[in-house]
Amino acid sequence: MFPILSSLIILPLIGSLFLIFIRSSEKNTSLKYVALFITFANFFLSLYLWKIFDPSISTFQFVENRIWIEGFINYKVGIDGISILFVILTTFITPLCIISVNSTITYRLKEFLIAILIMETLMIGVFCSLDLVIFYLFFEGGLIPMFLIIGIWGGNRRVYSAFKFFLFTLVGSVLMLVAIIAIYWISGTTDVEKLYELGIQEEYQKLLWLAFFSSFAVKTPMWPVHTWLPDAHVEAPTAGSVLLAAILLKMAGYGFIRFSVGLFPLASIYFVPLVYSLSLIAIIYTSLVALMQEDMKKLIAYSSVAHMGFVTLGIFTFTQQGIEGSIFQMISHGLISAALFLSVGVVYDRLKTRQIKDFSGLVNIMPKYAIVMMIFTLGALGLPGTSGFIGEFLVLMGTFKKSIITAAIASIGVILGAAYMLWLYKRVVFGSLLKTIDVKKMVDINKYETAILSSLAILIIVFGFYPEPLIKTYATSIDNFINTLNIPTELSLTEKIK
Amino acid sequence: MEILIVFLPLLAAIISGFFGNKLGNRFSEILTSLFVSISAIFSIYIFYNVMINDYNSNIIISSWISSGTLEVNWSIKIDPLSSVMLVVVTFISSLVHIYSIGYMHHDPHKSRFMSYLSLFTFSMLILVTSDNFLQLFFGWEGVGVCSYFLIGFWFKKQSANNAAIKAFLVNRVGDFGLALGIFLIFYYFGTINYIEVFNLIPTLVSEKINFLGFNLVAIDLICILLFIGAMGKSAQIFLHTWLPDAMEGPTPVSALIHAATMVTAGVFLVVRCSPIYELSPLGLEIVTLIGMSTAFFAATVALVQNDIKKIIAYSTCSQLGYMFFAAGVGAYNVAMFHLFTHAFFKALLFLGAGSVIHSFQNEQDITNMGGVWRKLPFTYLMMIIGTLALTGFPFLSGFYSKDAIIEFAYLEKGSLSNYAAAIGVITAIFTSIYSWRLIFLTFHGSFNNNKLNIKDLHESPLIMLIPLFLLSVGALFSGMFFKEIFIGTESSQLFWKDSIMFLEPLSKDHPPLWFLLLTPSFVIISIPFSYYLFLKKKLIIEQIVKINYPLYVFLKKKWYFDELYDFIFVKSFKNLGNFFWRKIDNLIIDRFGPDGISNIIKKFSLYAVKFQSGFIYQYAFIMLLGFSILLTFLIIK
Repeated sequence: MFPILSSLIILPLIGSLFLIFIRSSEKNTSLKYVALFITFANFFLSLYLWKIFDPSISTFQFVENRIWIEGFINYKVGIDGISILFVILTTFITPLCIISVNSTITYRLKEFLIAILIMETLMIGVFCSLDLVIFYLFFEGGLIPMFLIIGIWGGNRRVYSAFKFFLFTLVGSVLMLVAIIAIYWISGTTDVEKLYELGIQEEYQKLLWLAFFSSFAVKTPMWPVHTWLPDAHVEAPTAGSVLLAAILLKMAGYGFIRFSVGLFPLASIYFVPLVYSLSLIAIIYTSLVALMQEDMKKLIAYSSVAHMGFVTLGIFTFTQQGIEGSIFQMISHGLISAALFLSVGVVYDRLKTRQIKDFSGLVNIMPKYAIVMMIFTLGALGLPGTSGFIGEFLVLMGTFKKSIITAAIASIGVILGAAYMLWLYKRVVFGSLLKTIDVKKMVDINKYETAILSSLAILIIVFGFYPEPLIKTYATSIDNFINTLNIPTELSLTEKIK
Repeated sequence: MEILIVFLPLLAAIISGFFGNKLGNRFSEILTSLFVSISAIFSIYIFYNVMINDYNSNIIISSWISSGTLEVNWSIKIDPLSSVMLVVVTFISSLVHIYSIGYMHHDPHKSRFMSYLSLFTFSMLILVTSDNFLQLFFGWEGVGVCSYFLIGFWFKKQSANNAAIKAFLVNRVGDFGLALGIFLIFYYFGTINYIEVFNLIPTLVSEKINFLGFNLVAIDLICILLFIGAMGKSAQIFLHTWLPDAMEGPTPVSALIHAATMVTAGVFLVVRCSPIYELSPLGLEIVTLIGMSTAFFAATVALVQNDIKKIIAYSTCSQLGYMFFAAGVGAYNVAMFHLFTHAFFKALLFLGAGSVIHSFQNEQDITNMGGVWRKLPFTYLMMIIGTLALTGFPFLSGFYSKDAIIEFAYLEKGSLSNYAAAIGVITAIFTSIYSWRLIFLTFHGSFNNNKLNIKDLHESPLIMLIPLFLLSVGALFSGMFFKEIFIGTESSQLFWKDSIMFLEPLSKDHPPLWFLLLTPSFVIISIPFSYYLFLKKKLIIEQIVKINYPLYVFLKKKWYFDELYDFIFVKSFKNLGNFFWRKIDNLIIDRFGPDGISNIIKKFSLYAVKFQSGFIYQYAFIMLLGFSILLTFLIIK
């Protein structure tokens, strides 16, 4: 059988090798075309994968298993309905990042593109791996290119931000490594499929859960370990922010489903109150913080924390609606946050500032920009008819089944979300044009930007009206996932929450 | 045909929204007006079919969301209730479209405006034709966002932008209640389809639920949550603050969205859910209470306002209150009847006011008007008809619907409904006074405008006057004509069938004759009374204001709701946000988190650096020291 998953993983890496041998010229167009070609090829390959993927099977498909270290580590990859969409999201977002590079990266373009391609390899690897060790390698490997992207191509305080990013994520990941080794000692394998079958004894689950949680919570990010995110976003170049928000954060959400809940269901239930409280804090607290931000990127970064709060909330409801909603929310947030960061990038490129007060009345000179930005704003505040609504709604519906009060508090976040997004839009786009803005620089979006932003806008709307293709892809897998969790009766869970 | 009714406005919106610049403003105007008018004609045909042939249908267009047991479809449900709403929405909307061609004549963004109007019409149609709660919610937020676009249409005006955001956010608070209500319904029934839910609802009668420490009857809680949504959309007291501000938008918008259609969605929701509300006495009492408080509150505020549109806005608020307390006393069909007639005369009043504003070149303060009825004879006539209908002058449309509400409240047993009837009569008197005040100050007396010369004023163009005329026909005769169908004792049953549920049939008694005559006679007396008060002897009013100055300011400031909310919510949320960000995130988490760790490491490494001084004798000394300690340790052991 053709190793399609390995091809997906390896292709960007091969592309980056190509890039090394291309000499950087003045215009660097050839570099970009090669990178674009590779990533688009990868995107179409992943679409083909989606086409031949059978959503009615709940087990892993396209599994490849090769021995790496005899008796210890296997290179094992495979996908099911949960992971395939993340793979496609990754392959879709990466070429958009490369197109957006146009005017943002002014030096060392070759190295930048290589970093992004390696990043893609690692990200796809995370979503495909079925062995804890190689999952860990991909998961933590992603740190390095991101660290470089922020540290080299970032803004003024890039070193501090890169460092903060690294420190936070590393602390969490070390604990996860320890936990993976422990699992190997306990169960004698790191194969995820086998571990699902074997299960892990209850006595170990809580500690192991906490170790995994510490890693995923930092990456999600959950309160109170979220403070690296705004700094990282602010300093990262646009493409870096997009990758960070659209995909890196999703790796943690995916990890929660696949590993925290999948491997340690009993501990997951035990820790539900913790997760709910942290999620609620994330939703309310960061929404309020977002309201007061003066930097556009920071505002969107904080809003990402709030949106990921819905994701963690939904996953730990263990209901069909909750988990499906979480996955939908992640995909949708992947599109919307990417779109918002790209939009901020558009005005940053022109005016070299991200302060909200430096903008006003952009609609007067950039009408096209105003339209797409409006769609993204509405998507971010979860208007029905955009993809943002479906995720939030399903999550809240699932949460409501488990804990009414939690759902009620989380719903307040939806009101606050509307407040900070609309206020941002009003201050930046509406009103009359500021005198300090140079009209000549602030031209409307060009054809590349239009292509990127409108394709995102169309997807956001299409999935809002017709989410079936996504939901159908993962429905069976999740149904099966919930049934095999061996969660004791519903009743005991509800009791615990109360 | 149903599909055409719903999707023609959407098609028009898309074409004129995206291609309006290329195809020209004139093209967009004609296209949108034409498509919505076609949709209106079809709706009237459907309504006729429903009325005569008992037509009934539920078209499933496609599936929307299916997740676990949750199955939601895009659907078009036609039953008596939705057919009435169809007619109201498309008819008023098409007239407003045509009117806007004239009103927005000077605006450069006409095609965008028309596109928003059509998009709104589409969302509203989606809302009323839904067969489940989620599609309703879609339309609910859809009309909200269109209202946001249209209020903030003049995006350069800061006040318009703020009003738009305020409208959206206050509505979101209401939507929060509605969403929780939907969740609760799903929680109990595992479905959110109207028919399935309504069939299952009787099984829930004795179910209790613990909510925030209160032990509530589940149905009551559902009703209250749904009603919070209705309060937001229909601008009921506590969630009403957005409606007067929404008058920042262009006047046709106020007529369509903030008078005739969107704001009545809340009433529609309560009537649609009559099978749920009928089983919840507490829910109905709350609806009545909020309805009558709003009716009274808004009417008092309208008495002292000077902005022509704000007066009518508060009047709308007050009339919506009437509809709610009609529903609250169980007379759902009467509520729908008032919704129906109100749509005509309130749209007429708004469009008439728009015509006045148009003539006065965007002046809205009625103290700067006056004495122009000869210059604007047609508008004047239209406004008079609208006012007569609104105040419930005998045999005009408002007379049939509003008096019916008061009568049903009177007949309904229970102290609350009697109280509501009394409030209804008092509010009717207030309504009449503020409406005539508006007419007299605007059209009679002396000309008070400093900026314009009275000779420059002229009647609005024909394209604005024709819609006014058609609406005035509705305001004059819709009450008389549709009375039997909507609220006749026998005939209304035949019309509504099971789209409205009555647990017990409405009382067939008639109130005593004196009560029947009470309201109309007050209404008639108040015309000369207001004439005397506002034109002949202005001193009396000034005296009253002087004596009751605190009360006057209290009313003028709209009972201080805005100031209160600003203090409680806006300011404190901002402060809280700042506190979380600057104090907790930056000062606590970062200081003791990453920055703290990096500081510790830095200090450690500084110590470590000191050891590496580069002098051999120091290294030798430390080696010796270490060696001797090790040796000592071994020996002791």
